[in-house]
Amino acid sequence: MTARRSRWISHLVLIAFSFIMIYPVLWWIGASLKPVEEMTLPTIWPKTPMWENYIEGWKFSSKYTFGHFFLNTLLMEVANVIGGVVTAAIVAFGFGRLEFKLRGLWFSILLLTIMLPTQVTIVPQYILFNNFRLTDSYVPLILPHFLGGGAFFVFLLVQFIRGIPRDLDEAAKIDGASVYGIFARVIFPLLKPGLVTVGIFTFIWSWDDFFAQVLYLTSIEKFTVSLALRMFVDQFEIQWGYLLAMSLVSVMPSTIIFFLAQKHFVEGIATTGLKG
Amino acid sequence: MQTRRLNSTQLAGYIFISPWLLGFFLLTLWPIGQSFYLSFTDYSLLSEPVWKGLENYERIFGQDETFVKSLKITFTYVFVSVPFRLVFSLLVAMLLVKSLRGMNLYRTLIYFPSLVGGSIAVSVLWRNMFGVDGYINAILAWFGIEGRGWISHPDTALWTLVVLNIWQFGSMMVIFLAGLKQIPQELYEAAAVDGARKMQQFFRITLPMLSPVMLFNIILGVINAFQMFTPAYIVTPRPGGPMQSTYVYAVFLYEKAFKHFQMGYASALAWILLVIVALLTALNFFASRYWVFYESGSERGGR
Repeated sequence: MTARRSRWISHLVLIAFSFIMIYPVLWWIGASLKPVEEMTLPTIWPKTPMWENYIEGWKFSSKYTFGHFFLNTLLMEVANVIGGVVTAAIVAFGFGRLEFKLRGLWFSILLLTIMLPTQVTIVPQYILFNNFRLTDSYVPLILPHFLGGGAFFVFLLVQFIRGIPRDLDEAAKIDGASVYGIFARVIFPLLKPGLVTVGIFTFIWSWDDFFAQVLYLTSIEKFTVSLALRMFVDQFEIQWGYLLAMSLVSVMPSTIIFFLAQKHFVEGIATTGLKG
Repeated sequence: MQTRRLNSTQLAGYIFISPWLLGFFLLTLWPIGQSFYLSFTDYSLLSEPVWKGLENYERIFGQDETFVKSLKITFTYVFVSVPFRLVFSLLVAMLLVKSLRGMNLYRTLIYFPSLVGGSIAVSVLWRNMFGVDGYINAILAWFGIEGRGWISHPDTALWTLVVLNIWQFGSMMVIFLAGLKQIPQELYEAAAVDGARKMQQFFRITLPMLSPVMLFNIILGVINAFQMFTPAYIVTPRPGGPMQSTYVYAVFLYEKAFKHFQMGYASALAWILLVIVALLTALNFFASRYWVFYESGSERGGR
Protein backbone atom coordinates (compact mmCIF):
# COMPACT_ATOMS: atom_id res chain seq x y z
CA MET A 1 0.00 0.00 0.00
CA THR A 2 2.68 2.54 1.03
CA ALA A 3 5.01 1.29 -1.68
CA ARG A 4 2.33 2.02 -4.25
CA ARG A 5 1.69 5.44 -2.81
CA SER A 6 5.36 6.37 -2.81
CA ARG A 7 5.56 5.23 -6.42
CA TRP A 8 2.75 7.62 -7.31
CA ILE A 9 4.46 10.44 -5.47
CA SER A 10 7.69 9.73 -7.34
CA HIS A 11 5.81 9.82 -10.63
CA LEU A 12 4.15 13.12 -9.78
CA VAL A 13 7.42 14.73 -8.73
CA LEU A 14 9.18 13.46 -11.85
CA ILE A 15 6.42 14.62 -14.19
CA ALA A 16 6.39 18.09 -12.63
CA PHE A 17 10.15 18.34 -12.68
CA SER A 18 10.57 17.04 -16.24
CA PHE A 19 7.96 19.56 -17.32
CA ILE A 20 9.83 22.47 -15.74
CA MET A 21 13.10 21.31 -17.27
CA ILE A 22 11.79 20.83 -20.79
CA TYR A 23 9.38 23.78 -20.88
CA PRO A 24 11.89 26.31 -22.26
CA VAL A 25 12.58 23.90 -25.12
CA LEU A 26 8.88 23.43 -25.87
CA TRP A 27 8.39 27.17 -25.75
CA TRP A 28 11.35 27.60 -28.08
CA ILE A 29 9.76 25.28 -30.65
CA GLY A 30 6.52 27.28 -30.53
CA ALA A 31 8.27 30.65 -30.45
CA SER A 32 10.17 29.84 -33.63
CA LEU A 33 6.78 30.02 -35.36
CA LYS A 34 5.53 33.12 -33.59
CA PRO A 35 5.30 36.73 -34.64
CA VAL A 36 7.30 38.99 -32.31
CA GLU A 37 4.18 40.25 -30.46
CA GLU A 38 3.34 36.76 -29.24
CA MET A 39 6.82 36.03 -27.93
CA THR A 40 6.02 37.77 -24.66
CA LEU A 41 3.46 35.07 -23.91
CA PRO A 42 4.38 31.87 -22.10
CA THR A 43 2.02 29.89 -24.35
CA ILE A 44 3.60 27.39 -26.67
CA TRP A 45 1.63 27.30 -29.89
CA PRO A 46 1.10 30.52 -31.89
CA LYS A 47 -2.35 31.55 -33.14
CA THR A 48 -1.18 31.38 -36.73
CA PRO A 49 2.13 29.59 -37.20
CA MET A 50 4.54 31.65 -39.27
CA TRP A 51 6.46 29.10 -41.31
CA GLU A 52 8.15 31.96 -43.12
CA ASN A 53 10.41 32.35 -40.06
CA TYR A 54 12.13 29.21 -41.24
CA ILE A 55 12.07 30.06 -44.93
CA GLU A 56 13.29 33.64 -44.56
CA GLY A 57 15.73 32.76 -41.77
CA TRP A 58 17.26 30.02 -43.90
CA LYS A 59 17.88 32.54 -46.70
CA PHE A 60 20.08 34.52 -44.27
CA SER A 61 21.57 37.06 -46.68
CA SER A 62 21.65 37.77 -50.37
CA LYS A 63 24.92 35.89 -50.70
CA TYR A 64 24.69 32.93 -48.36
CA THR A 65 21.96 30.64 -47.10
CA PHE A 66 22.14 28.71 -43.87
CA GLY A 67 22.83 25.67 -46.01
CA HIS A 68 26.25 27.12 -46.72
CA PHE A 69 27.07 27.41 -43.01
CA PHE A 70 25.73 23.96 -42.30
CA LEU A 71 27.92 22.51 -45.01
CA ASN A 72 30.97 24.34 -43.61
CA THR A 73 30.29 23.04 -40.14
CA LEU A 74 29.55 19.49 -41.24
CA LEU A 75 32.73 19.25 -43.32
CA MET A 76 34.75 20.49 -40.35
CA GLU A 77 32.95 17.97 -38.16
CA VAL A 78 33.79 15.05 -40.46
CA ALA A 79 37.48 15.88 -40.08
CA ASN A 80 37.17 16.42 -36.33
CA VAL A 81 35.35 13.16 -35.72
CA ILE A 82 37.75 11.10 -37.85
CA GLY A 83 40.76 12.76 -36.21
CA GLY A 84 39.34 12.48 -32.71
CA VAL A 85 38.30 8.84 -32.99
CA VAL A 86 41.40 7.52 -34.74
CA THR A 87 44.02 9.31 -32.66
CA ALA A 88 42.21 8.64 -29.39
CA ALA A 89 42.16 4.92 -30.24
CA ILE A 90 45.83 4.81 -31.21
CA VAL A 91 47.04 6.73 -28.18
CA ALA A 92 44.76 4.81 -25.83
CA PHE A 93 46.18 1.52 -27.11
CA GLY A 94 49.67 2.76 -26.33
CA PHE A 95 48.74 3.72 -22.79
CA GLY A 96 46.38 0.84 -22.13
CA ARG A 97 48.39 -2.11 -23.49
CA LEU A 98 52.05 -1.33 -24.09
CA GLU A 99 54.86 -1.14 -21.57
CA PHE A 100 57.34 1.66 -22.09
CA LYS A 101 59.55 3.92 -20.05
CA LEU A 102 57.88 6.84 -18.27
CA ARG A 103 54.42 5.57 -19.20
CA GLY A 104 53.08 6.44 -15.76
CA LEU A 105 54.47 9.94 -15.95
CA TRP A 106 53.05 10.62 -19.41
CA PHE A 107 49.68 9.25 -18.38
CA SER A 108 49.54 11.53 -15.32
CA ILE A 109 50.39 14.47 -17.56
CA LEU A 110 47.60 13.44 -19.92
CA LEU A 111 45.15 13.47 -17.01
CA LEU A 112 46.41 16.88 -15.91
CA THR A 113 45.84 18.36 -19.36
CA ILE A 114 42.16 17.45 -19.06
CA MET A 115 41.95 19.97 -16.25
CA LEU A 116 43.85 22.71 -18.05
CA PRO A 117 41.64 25.70 -18.96
CA THR A 118 41.68 26.54 -22.69
CA GLN A 119 42.39 30.19 -21.98
CA VAL A 120 45.81 29.36 -20.55
CA THR A 121 47.25 28.26 -23.89
CA ILE A 122 45.08 30.21 -26.29
CA VAL A 123 47.28 33.28 -26.79
CA PRO A 124 50.49 31.49 -27.87
CA GLN A 125 48.42 28.98 -29.88
CA TYR A 126 46.88 31.85 -31.78
CA ILE A 127 50.31 33.40 -32.35
CA LEU A 128 51.60 30.03 -33.58
CA PHE A 129 48.80 29.58 -36.11
CA ASN A 130 49.08 33.22 -37.09
CA ASN A 131 52.80 32.80 -37.84
CA PHE A 132 51.95 29.98 -40.22
CA ARG A 133 49.19 32.11 -41.78
CA LEU A 134 46.63 29.55 -40.71
CA THR A 135 44.17 31.87 -39.00
CA ASP A 136 40.87 32.24 -40.80
CA SER A 137 41.12 28.60 -41.82
CA TYR A 138 39.78 25.39 -40.30
CA VAL A 139 43.26 24.09 -39.50
CA PRO A 140 43.41 25.52 -35.93
CA LEU A 141 39.99 23.99 -35.26
CA ILE A 142 40.73 20.57 -36.77
CA LEU A 143 44.42 19.97 -36.06
CA PRO A 144 44.12 19.53 -32.26
CA HIS A 145 41.75 16.59 -32.85
CA PHE A 146 44.48 14.83 -34.84
CA LEU A 147 47.04 15.46 -32.12
CA GLY A 148 45.29 13.70 -29.28
CA GLY A 149 43.54 16.95 -28.34
CA GLY A 150 40.76 14.97 -26.75
CA ALA A 151 42.78 13.91 -23.71
CA PHE A 152 39.45 13.14 -22.10
CA PHE A 153 38.65 10.64 -24.85
CA VAL A 154 42.04 8.98 -24.59
CA PHE A 155 41.32 8.46 -20.91
CA LEU A 156 37.88 7.05 -21.72
CA LEU A 157 39.27 4.56 -24.24
CA VAL A 158 42.12 3.50 -21.95
CA GLN A 159 39.49 2.50 -19.39
CA PHE A 160 37.68 0.67 -22.15
CA ILE A 161 40.80 -1.16 -23.37
CA ARG A 162 41.64 -2.29 -19.86
CA GLY A 163 38.30 -4.10 -19.84
CA ILE A 164 39.21 -6.18 -22.91
CA PRO A 165 40.69 -9.55 -21.83
CA ARG A 166 44.43 -9.86 -22.43
CA ASP A 167 43.98 -13.49 -23.52
CA LEU A 168 42.88 -12.16 -26.90
CA ASP A 169 46.19 -10.33 -27.35
CA GLU A 170 48.10 -13.44 -26.28
CA ALA A 171 46.23 -15.62 -28.76
CA ALA A 172 46.95 -13.20 -31.60
CA LYS A 173 50.60 -13.02 -30.56
CA ILE A 174 50.90 -16.81 -30.73
CA ASP A 175 49.41 -16.62 -34.21
CA GLY A 176 52.29 -14.32 -35.11
CA ALA A 177 50.63 -10.91 -34.95
CA SER A 178 52.79 -7.87 -34.16
CA VAL A 179 51.65 -5.12 -31.77
CA TYR A 180 50.33 -3.24 -34.77
CA GLY A 181 48.42 -6.31 -35.90
CA ILE A 182 46.99 -6.76 -32.42
CA PHE A 183 45.84 -3.15 -32.43
CA ALA A 184 44.36 -3.20 -35.91
CA ARG A 185 42.73 -6.64 -35.86
CA VAL A 186 41.96 -7.35 -32.21
CA ILE A 187 41.59 -4.20 -30.15
CA PHE A 188 40.30 -1.67 -32.67
CA PRO A 189 37.26 -3.75 -33.71
CA LEU A 190 36.41 -4.48 -30.07
CA LEU A 191 36.62 -0.78 -29.21
CA LYS A 192 33.65 0.05 -31.42
CA PRO A 193 31.18 1.03 -28.67
CA GLY A 194 33.80 3.27 -27.09
CA LEU A 195 34.63 4.81 -30.46
CA VAL A 196 30.98 5.64 -31.07
CA THR A 197 30.88 7.48 -27.75
CA VAL A 198 34.05 9.39 -28.60
CA GLY A 199 32.69 10.27 -32.04
CA ILE A 200 29.41 11.58 -30.62
CA PHE A 201 31.05 13.74 -27.98
CA THR A 202 33.65 15.07 -30.39
CA PHE A 203 30.86 16.05 -32.74
CA ILE A 204 28.71 17.80 -30.15
CA TRP A 205 31.52 19.53 -28.30
CA SER A 206 33.21 20.90 -31.40
CA TRP A 207 29.83 21.98 -32.79
CA ASP A 208 29.39 24.06 -29.63
CA ASP A 209 32.98 25.26 -29.39
CA PHE A 210 32.11 28.88 -30.00
CA PHE A 211 35.27 30.23 -28.36
CA ALA A 212 37.64 28.67 -30.90
CA GLN A 213 35.36 29.40 -33.85
CA VAL A 214 34.91 33.07 -33.03
CA LEU A 215 38.64 33.37 -32.54
CA TYR A 216 39.89 31.71 -35.69
CA LEU A 217 37.25 32.20 -38.38
CA THR A 218 36.86 35.76 -39.62
CA SER A 219 35.50 35.71 -43.17
CA ILE A 220 31.78 35.08 -43.55
CA GLU A 221 32.39 32.62 -46.34
CA LYS A 222 34.01 30.24 -43.83
CA PHE A 223 31.56 30.79 -40.97
CA THR A 224 30.10 27.92 -39.00
CA VAL A 225 26.46 27.74 -37.95
CA SER A 226 27.29 29.24 -34.53
CA LEU A 227 29.02 32.22 -36.08
CA ALA A 228 26.14 32.79 -38.48
CA LEU A 229 23.76 32.84 -35.50
CA ARG A 230 25.97 35.37 -33.82
CA MET A 231 25.63 37.65 -36.85
CA PHE A 232 21.86 37.60 -36.31
CA VAL A 233 22.40 38.60 -32.68
CA ASP A 234 24.75 41.43 -33.58
CA GLN A 235 22.21 43.17 -35.77
CA PHE A 236 20.84 46.45 -34.47
CA GLU A 237 17.29 45.16 -34.43
CA ILE A 238 17.25 41.44 -33.75
CA GLN A 239 14.87 39.47 -35.98
CA TRP A 240 13.72 37.18 -33.21
CA GLY A 241 11.50 34.99 -35.38
CA TYR A 242 14.28 34.10 -37.81
CA LEU A 243 16.84 33.86 -35.05
CA LEU A 244 14.88 31.45 -32.86
CA ALA A 245 13.92 29.35 -35.88
CA MET A 246 17.49 29.04 -37.12
CA SER A 247 18.92 28.45 -33.66
CA LEU A 248 16.46 25.58 -33.27
CA VAL A 249 17.62 24.17 -36.61
CA SER A 250 21.22 24.52 -35.42
CA VAL A 251 20.73 22.11 -32.51
CA MET A 252 19.04 19.50 -34.73
CA PRO A 253 22.20 17.53 -35.64
CA SER A 254 23.15 17.06 -31.97
CA THR A 255 19.57 16.19 -31.08
CA ILE A 256 19.23 13.59 -33.81
CA ILE A 257 22.52 11.98 -32.84
CA PHE A 258 21.45 11.98 -29.22
CA PHE A 259 18.25 10.11 -29.93
CA LEU A 260 19.93 7.64 -32.29
CA ALA A 261 22.68 6.78 -29.83
CA GLN A 262 21.18 7.45 -26.45
CA LYS A 263 22.56 4.30 -24.90
CA HIS A 264 26.16 5.09 -25.80
CA PHE A 265 25.66 8.55 -24.53
CA VAL A 266 24.71 7.77 -20.99
CA GLU A 267 27.22 4.94 -20.76
CA GLY A 268 29.94 7.20 -22.11
CA ILE A 269 29.45 9.85 -19.47
CA ALA A 270 29.18 7.24 -16.75
CA THR A 271 32.38 5.47 -17.79
CA THR A 272 34.44 8.62 -17.97
CA GLY A 273 33.20 9.73 -14.62
CA LEU A 274 33.58 6.59 -12.69
CA LYS A 275 35.96 3.96 -13.80
CA GLY A 276 39.00 5.92 -12.71
CA MET B 1 67.00 -11.48 -27.47
CA GLN B 2 65.07 -10.40 -24.42
CA THR B 3 66.39 -6.84 -24.53
CA ARG B 4 65.71 -6.44 -28.24
CA ARG B 5 62.09 -7.42 -27.81
CA LEU B 6 61.81 -5.01 -24.93
CA ASN B 7 63.22 -2.23 -27.06
CA SER B 8 60.80 -2.90 -29.86
CA THR B 9 57.78 -2.64 -27.54
CA GLN B 10 59.37 0.44 -25.96
CA LEU B 11 59.48 1.98 -29.38
CA ALA B 12 55.99 0.78 -30.27
CA GLY B 13 54.67 2.41 -27.10
CA TYR B 14 56.12 5.74 -28.09
CA ILE B 15 54.93 5.35 -31.66
CA PHE B 16 51.37 4.81 -30.45
CA ILE B 17 51.32 7.75 -28.09
CA SER B 18 53.20 10.01 -30.52
CA PRO B 19 50.14 11.93 -31.80
CA TRP B 20 49.29 12.96 -28.28
CA LEU B 21 52.92 13.59 -27.36
CA LEU B 22 53.36 15.85 -30.37
CA GLY B 23 50.17 17.70 -29.55
CA PHE B 24 51.22 18.02 -25.93
CA PHE B 25 54.54 19.64 -26.78
CA LEU B 26 53.25 21.76 -29.64
CA LEU B 27 49.85 22.88 -28.37
CA THR B 28 50.15 22.67 -24.58
CA LEU B 29 53.65 22.72 -23.10
CA TRP B 30 55.24 25.14 -25.52
CA PRO B 31 52.28 27.58 -25.33
CA ILE B 32 52.36 27.49 -21.52
CA GLY B 33 56.07 28.32 -21.55
CA GLN B 34 55.62 30.91 -24.28
CA SER B 35 52.82 32.66 -22.42
CA PHE B 36 55.01 32.73 -19.32
CA TYR B 37 57.66 34.56 -21.31
CA LEU B 38 55.12 36.84 -23.02
CA SER B 39 53.59 37.77 -19.67
CA PHE B 40 56.75 39.80 -18.99
CA THR B 41 56.53 41.64 -22.30
CA ASP B 42 54.52 44.08 -24.31
CA TYR B 43 53.39 42.39 -27.50
CA SER B 44 50.81 43.44 -30.05
CA LEU B 45 51.41 40.74 -32.69
CA LEU B 46 52.61 43.36 -35.17
CA SER B 47 56.08 44.02 -33.79
CA GLU B 48 58.52 42.00 -31.68
CA PRO B 49 57.75 41.53 -27.98
CA VAL B 50 59.35 44.17 -25.75
CA TRP B 51 60.65 43.04 -22.35
CA LYS B 52 58.87 44.86 -19.52
CA GLY B 53 59.75 42.78 -16.50
CA LEU B 54 56.99 42.65 -13.92
CA GLU B 55 55.11 45.62 -15.29
CA ASN B 56 52.09 43.65 -16.52
CA TYR B 57 51.65 41.96 -13.17
CA GLU B 58 52.12 45.24 -11.31
CA ARG B 59 49.44 46.84 -13.44
CA ILE B 60 47.07 43.91 -13.02
CA PHE B 61 47.38 43.75 -9.26
CA GLY B 62 47.96 47.45 -8.68
CA GLN B 63 45.71 49.45 -10.94
CA ASP B 64 43.45 47.29 -13.04
CA GLU B 65 39.97 47.64 -11.60
CA THR B 66 38.51 45.51 -14.37
CA PHE B 67 40.69 42.62 -13.23
CA VAL B 68 39.38 42.79 -9.68
CA LYS B 69 35.84 43.20 -10.93
CA SER B 70 35.94 40.32 -13.40
CA LEU B 71 37.57 38.07 -10.82
CA LYS B 72 34.79 38.88 -8.36
CA ILE B 73 32.13 38.17 -10.97
CA THR B 74 33.75 34.89 -11.94
CA PHE B 75 34.12 33.76 -8.33
CA THR B 76 30.49 34.64 -7.61
CA TYR B 77 29.42 32.67 -10.66
CA VAL B 78 31.53 29.64 -9.74
CA PHE B 79 30.69 29.54 -6.05
CA VAL B 80 26.97 29.98 -6.55
CA SER B 81 26.36 27.80 -9.57
CA VAL B 82 28.57 24.82 -8.70
CA PRO B 83 27.01 24.06 -5.26
CA PHE B 84 23.51 24.50 -6.68
CA ARG B 85 24.29 22.14 -9.54
CA LEU B 86 25.75 19.58 -7.15
CA VAL B 87 22.76 19.53 -4.82
CA PHE B 88 20.32 19.61 -7.69
CA SER B 89 21.96 16.88 -9.70
CA LEU B 90 22.32 14.62 -6.66
CA LEU B 91 18.67 14.99 -5.66
CA VAL B 92 17.45 14.38 -9.18
CA ALA B 93 19.80 11.44 -9.63
CA MET B 94 18.33 9.87 -6.49
CA LEU B 95 14.88 10.18 -8.00
CA LEU B 96 15.99 8.81 -11.35
CA VAL B 97 17.80 5.80 -9.95
CA LYS B 98 14.54 4.17 -8.88
CA SER B 99 13.07 1.62 -11.22
CA LEU B 100 9.78 3.05 -12.36
CA ARG B 101 7.84 2.75 -15.55
CA GLY B 102 8.70 5.49 -18.04
CA MET B 103 12.01 6.25 -16.37
CA ASN B 104 13.80 6.48 -19.70
CA LEU B 105 11.47 9.23 -20.81
CA TYR B 106 12.02 11.20 -17.60
CA ARG B 107 15.78 10.84 -17.93
CA THR B 108 15.70 12.01 -21.53
CA LEU B 109 13.55 15.05 -20.75
CA ILE B 110 15.72 16.06 -17.82
CA TYR B 111 19.00 15.45 -19.64
CA PHE B 112 18.06 17.15 -22.89
CA PRO B 113 18.75 20.76 -21.76
CA SER B 114 22.30 19.75 -20.92
CA LEU B 115 22.78 18.27 -24.37
CA VAL B 116 22.06 21.53 -26.19
CA GLY B 117 22.81 23.93 -23.32
CA GLY B 118 26.39 24.82 -24.24
CA SER B 119 25.44 25.98 -27.70
CA ILE B 120 25.09 29.56 -28.81
CA ALA B 121 21.52 28.66 -29.79
CA VAL B 122 20.45 28.22 -26.17
CA SER B 123 22.21 31.43 -25.19
CA VAL B 124 20.05 33.11 -27.81
CA LEU B 125 16.94 31.50 -26.32
CA TRP B 126 17.95 32.68 -22.86
CA ARG B 127 18.44 36.21 -24.10
CA ASN B 128 14.88 36.23 -25.37
CA MET B 129 13.31 34.54 -22.33
CA PHE B 130 14.89 36.84 -19.76
CA GLY B 131 14.55 40.04 -21.77
CA VAL B 132 12.08 42.80 -20.89
CA ASP B 133 9.51 41.26 -23.21
CA GLY B 134 10.43 37.69 -22.37
CA TYR B 135 7.85 35.16 -21.27
CA ILE B 136 9.50 34.80 -17.85
CA ASN B 137 8.11 38.22 -16.98
CA ALA B 138 4.63 37.12 -18.05
CA ILE B 139 4.84 34.12 -15.71
CA LEU B 140 6.15 36.25 -12.84
CA ALA B 141 3.21 38.60 -13.36
CA TRP B 142 0.83 35.74 -12.42
CA PHE B 143 2.49 35.74 -9.01
CA GLY B 144 2.34 39.50 -8.74
CA ILE B 145 6.07 39.94 -9.23
CA GLU B 146 6.97 42.95 -11.28
CA GLY B 147 8.95 42.10 -14.39
CA ARG B 148 12.10 43.76 -15.59
CA GLY B 149 14.82 43.28 -18.16
CA TRP B 150 16.70 40.59 -16.30
CA ILE B 151 19.59 40.50 -18.74
CA SER B 152 19.88 44.25 -19.19
CA HIS B 153 19.95 45.14 -15.50
CA PRO B 154 23.40 44.96 -13.86
CA ASP B 155 22.01 43.53 -10.62
CA THR B 156 20.37 40.53 -12.24
CA ALA B 157 22.30 39.85 -15.44
CA LEU B 158 24.79 37.47 -13.85
CA TRP B 159 21.99 35.52 -12.18
CA THR B 160 20.38 34.69 -15.50
CA LEU B 161 23.69 33.05 -16.43
CA VAL B 162 23.77 31.18 -13.12
CA VAL B 163 20.25 29.87 -13.81
CA LEU B 164 21.34 28.83 -17.31
CA ASN B 165 24.26 26.92 -15.82
CA ILE B 166 22.13 25.20 -13.20
CA TRP B 167 19.57 24.22 -15.85
CA GLN B 168 22.36 22.14 -17.44
CA PHE B 169 23.13 19.88 -14.52
CA GLY B 170 22.74 16.78 -16.70
CA SER B 171 26.30 15.53 -16.99
CA MET B 172 26.88 15.84 -13.23
CA MET B 173 23.61 14.02 -12.71
CA VAL B 174 24.51 11.14 -15.01
CA ILE B 175 27.78 10.69 -13.13
CA PHE B 176 25.94 10.65 -9.80
CA LEU B 177 23.45 8.22 -11.28
CA ALA B 178 26.22 5.80 -12.24
CA GLY B 179 27.73 6.20 -8.77
CA LEU B 180 24.42 5.48 -7.07
CA LYS B 181 24.00 2.29 -9.08
CA GLN B 182 27.30 1.00 -7.75
CA ILE B 183 26.30 1.21 -4.09
CA PRO B 184 25.54 -2.36 -2.93
CA GLN B 185 21.87 -2.73 -1.99
CA GLU B 186 22.86 -4.96 0.96
CA LEU B 187 24.12 -1.88 2.79
CA TYR B 188 20.65 -0.37 2.75
CA GLU B 189 19.01 -3.65 3.68
CA ALA B 190 21.35 -4.13 6.61
CA ALA B 191 20.76 -0.56 7.73
CA ALA B 192 17.00 -1.00 7.48
CA VAL B 193 17.19 -4.15 9.60
CA ASP B 194 19.12 -2.17 12.20
CA GLY B 195 16.30 0.37 12.18
CA ALA B 196 18.04 3.22 10.34
CA ARG B 197 15.65 5.79 8.92
CA LYS B 198 15.86 7.07 5.34
CA MET B 199 17.63 10.25 6.43
CA GLN B 200 20.23 8.29 8.36
CA GLN B 201 20.72 5.97 5.40
CA PHE B 202 21.34 8.96 3.19
CA PHE B 203 23.95 10.52 5.47
CA ARG B 204 25.59 7.29 6.60
CA ILE B 205 25.55 5.25 3.38
CA THR B 206 24.71 7.23 0.25
CA LEU B 207 26.86 10.29 0.88
CA PRO B 208 30.04 8.50 1.99
CA MET B 209 29.76 5.96 -0.84
CA LEU B 210 29.28 8.76 -3.35
CA SER B 211 32.03 10.99 -2.02
CA PRO B 212 34.69 10.07 -4.62
CA VAL B 213 32.19 10.86 -7.38
CA MET B 214 31.29 14.05 -5.57
CA LEU B 215 34.95 15.09 -5.56
CA PHE B 216 35.22 14.43 -9.30
CA ASN B 217 32.11 16.53 -9.95
CA ILE B 218 33.31 19.38 -7.76
CA ILE B 219 36.74 19.59 -9.36
CA LEU B 220 35.54 19.47 -12.96
CA GLY B 221 32.53 21.67 -12.16
CA VAL B 222 34.75 24.40 -10.74
CA ILE B 223 37.23 24.24 -13.62
CA ASN B 224 34.48 24.35 -16.23
CA ALA B 225 32.62 27.19 -14.55
CA PHE B 226 35.84 29.21 -14.47
CA GLN B 227 36.01 29.03 -18.27
CA MET B 228 32.45 30.16 -18.96
CA PHE B 229 32.44 32.21 -22.14
CA THR B 230 29.57 31.73 -24.61
CA PRO B 231 26.69 32.82 -22.32
CA ALA B 232 28.52 35.94 -21.12
CA TYR B 233 29.25 36.75 -24.73
CA ILE B 234 25.78 36.12 -26.15
CA VAL B 235 23.05 36.19 -23.50
CA THR B 236 23.84 39.57 -22.07
CA PRO B 237 23.95 42.44 -24.55
CA ARG B 238 27.44 43.48 -25.61
CA PRO B 239 30.13 41.06 -24.43
CA GLY B 240 30.24 41.44 -20.70
CA GLY B 241 26.72 42.66 -20.12
CA PRO B 242 25.23 45.85 -18.70
CA MET B 243 27.88 47.87 -16.82
CA GLN B 244 30.21 44.91 -17.33
CA SER B 245 28.21 42.93 -14.77
CA THR B 246 28.85 39.64 -16.59
CA TYR B 247 32.41 40.44 -17.62
CA VAL B 248 33.75 37.05 -16.58
CA TYR B 249 37.44 36.22 -16.67
CA ALA B 250 37.34 34.36 -20.00
CA VAL B 251 35.69 37.30 -21.76
CA PHE B 252 38.11 39.74 -20.11
CA LEU B 253 41.11 37.71 -21.28
CA TYR B 254 39.65 37.24 -24.75
CA GLU B 255 39.07 40.97 -25.23
CA LYS B 256 42.49 41.94 -23.89
CA ALA B 257 44.18 39.54 -26.29
CA PHE B 258 42.07 39.65 -29.42
CA LYS B 259 40.28 42.99 -29.32
CA HIS B 260 42.97 45.22 -27.83
CA PHE B 261 45.82 42.96 -28.98
CA GLN B 262 47.64 43.25 -25.66
CA MET B 263 49.08 39.76 -25.92
CA GLY B 264 51.58 40.23 -23.11
CA TYR B 265 48.97 41.48 -20.70
CA ALA B 266 46.59 38.69 -21.70
CA SER B 267 49.35 36.13 -21.15
CA ALA B 268 49.84 37.42 -17.63
CA LEU B 269 46.09 37.04 -17.11
CA ALA B 270 46.31 33.49 -18.45
CA TRP B 271 49.04 32.62 -15.99
CA ILE B 272 47.08 34.07 -13.11
CA LEU B 273 44.13 31.94 -14.21
CA LEU B 274 46.36 28.86 -14.29
CA VAL B 275 47.57 29.52 -10.77
CA ILE B 276 44.05 30.13 -9.45
CA VAL B 277 42.67 26.96 -11.01
CA ALA B 278 45.66 24.92 -9.83
CA LEU B 279 45.30 26.26 -6.28
CA LEU B 280 41.58 25.55 -6.17
CA THR B 281 42.12 22.03 -7.49
CA ALA B 282 44.92 21.39 -5.00
CA LEU B 283 42.72 22.74 -2.23
CA ASN B 284 39.95 20.38 -3.29
CA PHE B 285 42.27 17.40 -3.24
CA PHE B 286 43.68 18.43 0.11
CA ALA B 287 40.25 18.93 1.67
CA SER B 288 39.09 15.62 0.19
CA ARG B 289 41.26 13.77 2.71
CA TYR B 290 38.83 14.81 5.37
CA TRP B 291 35.58 13.99 3.68
CA VAL B 292 36.08 11.54 0.83
CA PHE B 293 35.58 7.94 1.80
CA TYR B 294 37.47 5.25 -0.09
CA GLU B 295 36.60 1.62 0.32
CA SER B 296 39.55 -0.34 1.61
CA GLY B 297 41.85 -2.51 -0.54
CA SER B 298 40.20 -5.60 -1.96
CA GLU B 299 37.13 -3.88 -3.43
CA ARG B 300 39.10 -1.40 -5.48
CA GLY B 301 41.78 -3.65 -6.92
CA GLY B 302 39.51 -5.18 -9.56
CA ARG B 303 39.47 -2.43 -12.09
